[in-house]
Amino acid sequence: MTAFLSPIFEPGFFSNLPVQTALLVGGVVAVVSGIVGTFTVMRGQSFAGHSLADIGTAGGSASFLLGISPLFGFVAMNLMAAGVMEWIGIRRPRGRDLATGIVLGAALGLAALFLYLDATVSSTTGATVNVLFGSIFTLPSSLVPVIVIFSVVAAGIVLAMYRPLILSSVSADLAKAQGVPVRLVGIGYLVALAVAVSLSAMTIGAILSTALLIGPAATALRITNRPGRAAVIAAAIGVAATWLGVLLAYDSYYWFPSRGGWPVSFFVVTLIFLIYVGSQLRFRRRPRAERSSTATQAA
Amino acid sequence: MFSGLMLNAWESASIVAVVAGVVGFFIVLRGAAFAAHALPNGAFAGAAGASLIGVDAIAGLAVFSVLGALTIAALGRRARHDVATALVIVVMLGLGSLFLSMTTEYAPEIYSLLFGEILGVSSSELIPIAVIGVICIAAVFIVYRPLMFSSVMPDVAEARGVSSGLMEVIFLVIVALTTTMAVPVVGALLIFSLLISPAAAARSFTDRPFTAMGLSVLIALGTVWSAIALAYLSNLPIGFFVGSIGAGTYAAGRGWVAWRRNRRASPRLGAAGGSPAQALST
Repeated sequence: MTAFLSPIFEPGFFSNLPVQTALLVGGVVAVVSGIVGTFTVMRGQSFAGHSLADIGTAGGSASFLLGISPLFGFVAMNLMAAGVMEWIGIRRPRGRDLATGIVLGAALGLAALFLYLDATVSSTTGATVNVLFGSIFTLPSSLVPVIVIFSVVAAGIVLAMYRPLILSSVSADLAKAQGVPVRLVGIGYLVALAVAVSLSAMTIGAILSTALLIGPAATALRITNRPGRAAVIAAAIGVAATWLGVLLAYDSYYWFPSRGGWPVSFFVVTLIFLIYVGSQLRFRRRPRAERSSTATQAA
Repeated sequence: MFSGLMLNAWESASIVAVVAGVVGFFIVLRGAAFAAHALPNGAFAGAAGASLIGVDAIAGLAVFSVLGALTIAALGRRARHDVATALVIVVMLGLGSLFLSMTTEYAPEIYSLLFGEILGVSSSELIPIAVIGVICIAAVFIVYRPLMFSSVMPDVAEARGVSSGLMEVIFLVIVALTTTMAVPVVGALLIFSLLISPAAAARSFTDRPFTAMGLSVLIALGTVWSAIALAYLSNLPIGFFVGSIGAGTYAAGRGWVAWRRNRRASPRLGAAGGSPAQALST
């Protein structure tokens, strides 16, 4: 059995502590991203989701200056940014991307400043690459409980307002007519998104967080129209892609240029993209899905 | 401040600002902020790839940003546009992280590609930057009427025979070329700010397309010029100034709109509590 599996699992895969941490954290983050991401795709807020990951880098880089864990920098910055976005108009579909973009632009300017100060004042080298691209293999295992707690909070917020959230995501007008406090639900959802994205951006990098948030959810919504089922499928796809990506990255240690393996994010992102493209080919135009997506766009 | 390498910086940044002002006007009009953010990020991967195989960075930037534009257009036709854009950006960034892991590039190089390096523009880069800039401006004016039409009223334009799919492709390629020439100067992350902030601010001040476009160019020029001067004087990164001045001009535009609306609305408010037209415009 071991001899049979060893070409797939390089020796030491399961007994390696960084790998265990990576599998655990990656799995938890993928599940939360799948659940929150389903609503992100339904609400057409992919840009906000991606922006929060990038905006968090300003908080992450500032925390190196303050000497606190980047995780708290990410969460604080993202909650603030979500507040500003909501305030300057994320609700209107037309001006929404613009509002997001302006906040993103300002935050990236701050990130430039903080990363520069990291390098010159506190001489933290590698902050740029670390903050932007993350590194799942260098996570301290002491951070795991914090990540799990934050994940439970983000998933809990979404589940607590599950039905009103679905209703207001599909049609804001209908939800308003039914007495759903649409704006409050929107704010609650943004908080969950901000927490989920900071977690994943912090642990697995800003790129991967967008991939895990949007890719599995978009694929799942191709396969089924039901939000609940889509969230479960999205979480499953995310976990599968993350674990397979960690495995491939571990195996790639001896591959071509051999400079310590290929990055995990590359594998995970590519797997998610292939799954998405595959689902596009398999589940071509479905009238109901099409109609509901235009309804969301109009909302 | 105006000698040697700095002269290159002033010239290249001015070209970038003019093109960004014009192209940015259409980005804001079409609400394509996400694509304008995605393409420069993807182009960053192209620059990393170019340094890996040892070709000119501009070639890598051009190939990746145009490929990204075409992929967004192709995927966006079948599915939600924002989802297509999000997936393209992550795939390109994933490739970028792969290339970075393979090169021996030092962190400061990566930083300057992402956040810009005003002293990084050499005289030999000035020519391609200017040529691509002229191509972008010319392209915008050649397709000006149909592009305007399909941006403002896509359905009517489609009925009159303006293919919105084709316009989307042309528009995204123009954004990709703008990206290519701007990334070496202001960096992958901050060209985005330069593309949307001046144009968004300009739209708050006027509704006429040509006036807005001219105003957006002026604001973009003002932004980069003051950013260069401040960066030179304070020794802080230029990206920080571009980002914060951009957000500042947008806030000024929004403030102007709010102030004018208040002033116009106040005498009428007592009578009808705001007109339907006002409700529409908010």
